[in-house]
Amino acid sequence: MALYSEKVMDHFTNPRNVGVIENADGVGEVGNAVCGDIMKIYLKIDNDIITDVKFETFGCGSAIASSSMATELIKGKPLSEALTLTNKAVAEALDGLPAHKMHCSVLAEEAIKAAIDDYYKKKGIKQ
Amino acid sequence: MNVYADNAATTKMSRTAIDAMLPYMETIFGNPSSLHTVGQKANEALCDARERAARCLGCEAREIYFTSGGSEADNQAIISAAMIGAKKGKKHIISTAFEHHAVLHTLKKLEKQGFEIELLDVGEKGNITPEQVEKAIREDTCLVTTMFANNEIGSILPIPEIGKVCKDKGVLFHTDAVQAAGHEHINVKDMNIDMLSLSAHKFHGPKGIGILYARKGINLTNIIEGGAQERGKRGGTENIPAIMGMTAALEEACANIDKNKAKVSALRDRLINGLKKIPYSTLNGDEVNRLAGNVNFCFEGIEGESILLLLDADGICASSGSACTSGSLEPSHVLLAIGRPHEIAHGSLRLSLCENNTEEEIDYMLEVIPKVIDRLRSMSPLWREKVNGEKEFILAK
Repeated sequence: MALYSEKVMDHFTNPRNVGVIENADGVGEVGNAVCGDIMKIYLKIDNDIITDVKFETFGCGSAIASSSMATELIKGKPLSEALTLTNKAVAEALDGLPAHKMHCSVLAEEAIKAAIDDYYKKKGIKQ
Repeated sequence: MNVYADNAATTKMSRTAIDAMLPYMETIFGNPSSLHTVGQKANEALCDARERAARCLGCEAREIYFTSGGSEADNQAIISAAMIGAKKGKKHIISTAFEHHAVLHTLKKLEKQGFEIELLDVGEKGNITPEQVEKAIREDTCLVTTMFANNEIGSILPIPEIGKVCKDKGVLFHTDAVQAAGHEHINVKDMNIDMLSLSAHKFHGPKGIGILYARKGINLTNIIEGGAQERGKRGGTENIPAIMGMTAALEEACANIDKNKAKVSALRDRLINGLKKIPYSTLNGDEVNRLAGNVNFCFEGIEGESILLLLDADGICASSGSACTSGSLEPSHVLLAIGRPHEIAHGSLRLSLCENNTEEEIDYMLEVIPKVIDRLRSMSPLWREKVNGEKEFILAK
């Protein structure tokens, strides 16, 4: 059996929503270079709806695939729904991740939460 | 195009090795310990293989112990030397910071049992000097164990000189020659080597078979208890087909060392010179003093596993010292030992060549690799910050 599912490989080799949003409404960055994983999520938000999302990732194949899948899962969704996205949901949408790669899906969840957090802070909204 | 550039991990078996094995599976399948004809024929083959393997290393047949591979040979050599030392109250062992885990983990185990382990610093170039060894040797040193050549960055250690220091000081010297056997000339007597480990699958032989050479007079400690095989020092019915395949592969490799080195090092240098053109990259290890087939680079701003996956998608088999490929949270201890920061060590790529690789393959890799690096950098937030001047580059342009 291959290390990664076909879905992981698809999202790794053809990642969706790669890039930067200039003047994003919310930006979240998690991880660090020492550990070998950094994920950065950019959000464009209109009326509490995520109208656009982009990501940049420094990391392994499953980190890139997790970011790509996570952005797909929250695009066009209300913030309230994006906040409920779990790492498990990201991993399941990818048809599973190897046990030692589950932390990549955790980073994706955390990056999205950090980006929404940043949006609320910028808006002066207390959660 | 498909390119296999992971020969330091394992090699494709040679036709010579396969052909040498088949008769011992098909007809001469006996147990060498059996009295009947088919058993005794297998025993004759075993004795013959031991003689031939000994000739390749410059030792006597009785000094060759067949093991399951390099790791077992490393374990047995180090534990044996430790037991010999402990009997005399000597419990200090010298090694290096960039050994294979078969050595490092065995040493860790001994440390828990009260041995003192001293790992020599390998510096930026990834090597040690005989003077470092000489300085480190104490009254209570029972073993010096250093690899012959490094598996990740290809450094070739000054083995004859280290052997001489150890001989003069009366300390046992073991070398893990897994990456060197069949690729570099070895003569255990001339090089003052007391114990040496090698593994067949690194020189086109089968997997699961190796050799521990131990100079006569060194009392080995069993790792595997059992019958009287291997002079009673390694129980278990001998893997005759694998032993025959290994011996044939070793002879073939040793007979062609100079020819193969000339060909492979030319390919290596072509690859190194091409990869050097990638900005913010660096060669790991010494440019001149390195194994003929070893190429190891770090690329800033990206992670090794993703490089490997994209290369694999383009038919290139390689390896990396990133944490993601090592199965632990830490990147390669070898790259850390030569002073690469974690961030840089995560972005490493090892390409290990053999005589079956071609110039066309090198050129294909030089076409694919820069594209893969560019692609990953284009989606890396770390790279963007460096390019925008928000973070400093670590490597030179």
